[in-house]
Amino acid sequence: MQWQFWIVQTLNSVSFGGLLFLLSSGFSLAFGLMRIPNLAHGAFFMLGAYFGATVVYFGGDFWLAALAAGVGVGIVGIALERFILRPLAGNVQGQVLVTLGISFIIADVCLLVWTGDPWTVPAPPAMRRPLLVAGFAFPTYRLVVVVIALVAAVALYFLMERTRLGAMIRAGVDDMEMARGVGIPVSLLFTVVFLLGAVLAGAAGAFGGPILNAYPGLDADMLPLALIVVILGGAGSLLGAFVGSFIVGFLYNFGIALFPDLAYFILFLPMLLVLVFMPQGLFGRAAP
Amino acid sequence: MNRKSIAVAIGATACAAVPWIITNDYFVNLASQILIYALLALSLNLLLGYGGMVSLGHAAFLGLTGYSTILLVLAGHDQLTTAILSVVFSTACGALFGVLALRASGIGFLMITLALGQIVWGIAYRANELTGGDNGLTLPARPVPFGIDINSASNFYHFTLIVFAIALFCIWRMTRSPFGAALCGTRDQPRRMSMLGHNVWMIQWLTFVIASFWGSISGLLYIYYNLFMSPHAISLQQSAEALLMAILGGATTLSGPIVGAVIITIVKNVVSTYIERWNILLGLIFVIVIMFMPNGLVPGCRQLWQSIQSRRKAPAPETKSASEPAP
Repeated sequence: MQWQFWIVQTLNSVSFGGLLFLLSSGFSLAFGLMRIPNLAHGAFFMLGAYFGATVVYFGGDFWLAALAAGVGVGIVGIALERFILRPLAGNVQGQVLVTLGISFIIADVCLLVWTGDPWTVPAPPAMRRPLLVAGFAFPTYRLVVVVIALVAAVALYFLMERTRLGAMIRAGVDDMEMARGVGIPVSLLFTVVFLLGAVLAGAAGAFGGPILNAYPGLDADMLPLALIVVILGGAGSLLGAFVGSFIVGFLYNFGIALFPDLAYFILFLPMLLVLVFMPQGLFGRAAP
Repeated sequence: MNRKSIAVAIGATACAAVPWIITNDYFVNLASQILIYALLALSLNLLLGYGGMVSLGHAAFLGLTGYSTILLVLAGHDQLTTAILSVVFSTACGALFGVLALRASGIGFLMITLALGQIVWGIAYRANELTGGDNGLTLPARPVPFGIDINSASNFYHFTLIVFAIALFCIWRMTRSPFGAALCGTRDQPRRMSMLGHNVWMIQWLTFVIASFWGSISGLLYIYYNLFMSPHAISLQQSAEALLMAILGGATTLSGPIVGAVIITIVKNVVSTYIERWNILLGLIFVIVIMFMPNGLVPGCRQLWQSIQSRRKAPAPETKSASEPAP
């Protein structure tokens, strides 16, 4: 029985870490490039969860739901970047506060449209049956989420390290002035990266639906986790987001399972250690 | 007596007379609320306007003071001891938060304060046995300072006004002191300040502690006013509202946060009698103010006044621009 607990909790932690990676990788990249944390990112996640829940509710396929959530939230993200953040270019503080204002609006609109009751999202039928391995029952859906996160991680790795676009993004993260100087269209990159982050957050919301459900306040639950991942991992670092997500996933899950009252406090400890000893995060670069 | 001190005297008399001018308890209570939020916004503005540090976790001090007050009273301590202990506790937390948050500057500072504020919220929300979770906790009674009963609306208003006036005076003195000047220096030119021999970190940290102290005092007033504390009172929205008050009024001025608190509190109360949700409007005001009125109302009006008076084409002298975070 004890064994079972640890194994199941470990799997839960890994799958939650995977979700967090989908959520925070885009957040971290946009933060590294644009120098602003998008405080509407938690709201994007929640919006994605609601979009996904709605598509499933109306009989849509689960993958279609994730796609719709990604596209829908991506449109919101583009609109936010183009019409609100762009006019505030240069005013970093203003941009951050505006994203916070937007997150309140999104959260309240969600409450209006989807009401205050949580929307439970059933896992796809094929993945509901637990997977039996060596006598242990694993929830199949959580394994699928881990696989999705790993696929996304590999895809993002190739995007960032092996493509021209990725090289341009990395150049922008490292030294924006130089990147502009050599003719990289940095402002276009802003839109691309912001869109990428929004799509990932939306899809993550849809994938998270069967695990977390869609409920008011989901945004406020997820945003601090994404922030802590980025504080741990370092802004703009894909590897940092990956490692940070799984650290936070484990701490949060085991924290909730073992010390439910102190789950948030346990998250505080690694953040404290990293801030004291490595203020740039584990994989972040020192600010120029 | 110069014009300014006469104006202050008139303003103070008018504030003190509020309960006799408007006899309706609802509005007197609204005035008390405004003072409480104005103090919260003022304390936040020490960081935001004078220090150039955007904190998104200031409501944490409301919560730390509020919860510790209730818990200490429930544990059987008397009100005076409780008030002192809870403010000391909350300020000490502020000192610790300051050490953490000041590991970073600019946006990093903002993120860390946000995370810290959310952690306090999360503990209030999740630690059911201690804080009652979502149901919150109730303070049995208001204190009786110097044997004066402050349960009626007008007595409580006067109590709040006296505390507020003391706080305002202290904050005003601080901003006019050499320390306040040094603080503005660290906002505008941190490198030059440290070259001149000022300990930039220490100045910023002390400001953080002072801001958390006054934030805790407003938390004390808050809990005496509401006699109830729940996680909703210290959510991110609350921190953001305080920030919005300061920015809307004008973060670089002393009176700005007060003006902002008056407007936001009234709008919030009026709106919530008609519609249930205030957050959409809060978000919209946020976006509009930041996009179109980044300097806030008080500097904006002052500029307008100056340009009317001088009638010259030349643009009015720039008030201190909204501080940019250090790179």
